[in-house]
Amino acid sequence: MAETCELFDCGHRACGGCGAALVSRLILKATGKDVIIVSATGCMEVFSTPYPETAWKVPWIHSLFENNSAVASGIEAALKKQGRKEKVVAIGGDGSTFDIGMLCLSGAFERGHDFTYICYDNEAYMNTGIQRSGATPYDASTTTSPAGKCSKGNTKQKKDLPQILAAHGAPYVATASIAYPSDVVKKIEKAINTPGPCYVQIHAPCCTGWGFEGEKTLAIGKLAIETGLWVNFEMENGVVTRAKKVVRKPVETYLKEQKRFRHLFKPKVNAEEIAKIQAIADKNAEKYGIDLKLKNKADPVVP
Amino acid sequence: MLEITEGSHAVAKAVKMSRPQVIAAYPITPQTHIVEALADMVADCELDAEYITVESEFSALSACLGASAAGSRTYSATTSQGLALMFEVCFNVSGMRLPVVMTIANRALGAPLSIWNDQQDSIALRDSGWLQFYAEDNQEATDLHYIAYKVAENPEVLLPAFVCFDGFILSHTYEPVDMLSQEDVDRYLPAYKPVQRLDADDPISMGMYATPEYYLEFRYEHDQAMKRARNAINKAGKEFGEMFGRDYSALVEGYRLEDADTAIIAMGSLCGTIKDAIDEMRSAGKKVGLLKIRCFRPFPAEEIRNALSHVKRVAVLDKNVSVGAKGAVAIEVRDALYGKALPVLGYVLGLGGRDVRISDIRNIVSLAESGKGDQFYGLRTEVL
Repeated sequence: MAETCELFDCGHRACGGCGAALVSRLILKATGKDVIIVSATGCMEVFSTPYPETAWKVPWIHSLFENNSAVASGIEAALKKQGRKEKVVAIGGDGSTFDIGMLCLSGAFERGHDFTYICYDNEAYMNTGIQRSGATPYDASTTTSPAGKCSKGNTKQKKDLPQILAAHGAPYVATASIAYPSDVVKKIEKAINTPGPCYVQIHAPCCTGWGFEGEKTLAIGKLAIETGLWVNFEMENGVVTRAKKVVRKPVETYLKEQKRFRHLFKPKVNAEEIAKIQAIADKNAEKYGIDLKLKNKADPVVP
Repeated sequence: MLEITEGSHAVAKAVKMSRPQVIAAYPITPQTHIVEALADMVADCELDAEYITVESEFSALSACLGASAAGSRTYSATTSQGLALMFEVCFNVSGMRLPVVMTIANRALGAPLSIWNDQQDSIALRDSGWLQFYAEDNQEATDLHYIAYKVAENPEVLLPAFVCFDGFILSHTYEPVDMLSQEDVDRYLPAYKPVQRLDADDPISMGMYATPEYYLEFRYEHDQAMKRARNAINKAGKEFGEMFGRDYSALVEGYRLEDADTAIIAMGSLCGTIKDAIDEMRSAGKKVGLLKIRCFRPFPAEEIRNALSHVKRVAVLDKNVSVGAKGAVAIEVRDALYGKALPVLGYVLGLGGRDVRISDIRNIVSLAESGKGDQFYGLRTEVL
């Protein structure tokens, strides 16, 4: 499909290699035109709608940083009353979704509105200049969790938001990565066609915030999956029904490609911290059963 | 038909007859009776609306924003802390020019915590770009909801509206109210036809971000719409008067003001007490009158100037205070009278539910006559 024919139009203001911009394209590929998009404040909103221009060729609304789930609730109710059939899709970055919009998100999921919430997760507040969020991974250096003489970066692990929303009774919760675009589209299609509140969290590497060259966005996303630091899975009615299996690589292969983890390698390798991150990946692998068992060590499986 | 009913229930009936399609509700005293009554109406199939029981006032108004953007008539009600929690959304709803109507059962803001009446909550939102109506009694509170929808949805206006009535003093008081019939309301207030809405067949982007090249013009157009609301209120109020006999065409209303030396200015239920006080003072030969402000936004500066052209002094009663300055109404009245050699004396009173009695009004008129004003009135100095 030529770019100009897409519902998410070219000419927006995202950085070259922006993971979130790819998320926008993939969302509209999945939804088609019969959708109403409710965007939170953030990079995606800002780079796609500088007045009087818009990249969205579907109805789109932005209100505030933290209320997209509540706005979506109202839209869904209005459509129901008017007998209209558009799907309602709320989009937020991880700051909006994990942190400031959590109240509205929880309320909307508890009430069971028929809408899909998509989080493009770039693991920090990128629009305001790379501050840590509840989605920032352990040891990542951000502008509010900087690595320094007395700091190894972010001190907390990522909040497990998919599990929290599954616990609300969400019929469908999934994680995906822009490194696997057709998987993203498939999961969004499934979410919007499942009645009730559904959640899709999409790993969207940010070249500017994480510190890598823009042409490596997909490769970085793929390494997150291959190291087990990001797991692509699906949950139906609270049960994990599918998780992408991989032959895992050591976490260093992912970490060393990004400036946000540079302090773990320079001036010297911090084996102790890297081991802690490896333990996080190991725990993920065990929890979701993602390790591919090799039949024969001489005959490696190419994932 | 005349009904003796609680203020909150009268308001709920007016809302029901206005046929909102989406209601978002969150409980807070003293507003709760309104949304409870509406919930009963939905439960009994008397009101065909989506009723969203949100998890906060912040989400209540956010849901109304979404529903209104999708093209539905919407309603919510709140007060005090709830309105404060909505602060951010209030500016957003008005900036996006969505005609949401919301009842404010006026209540004080903490700290200290107070559930009782003053008007600090809605006054604190005076810069938020919403129309603000203040009701003297429950008849007016009820009727103003029809007016509010009519004006808010006017394509020349497209602004959200507060209908403010004093918490407890009106919301929990039983008094006779002439309720319109559904047929009457349908004639006055036809179904909402949005100028624009979120629609897959005609996609638009709403709530975009504006660079410095555009923001100022957005705010200017917002202000122009508020100025146009003046005419829309005149028209909607006149039409209401012609149809039902109660004329709300004016943004202000005088009482025994024609030959008054002292004009009292106030908003809300205080006006009833002031009218009684004026009757007493008139019997004693004092030339006192009232200028009630029914519509605080848009601010009726011209009407105030015209109504007060003959008086010798003005006493403004504020159930709010802009701490470090004065009561908000006094500030704005003084601004409206700029250039006139007319003393405007402000009195901050009744905060946090302190009663204001007829004797207090008499005392204030005496203070005004002796030129003493710009003060808190009725302080219990023994607890200071």
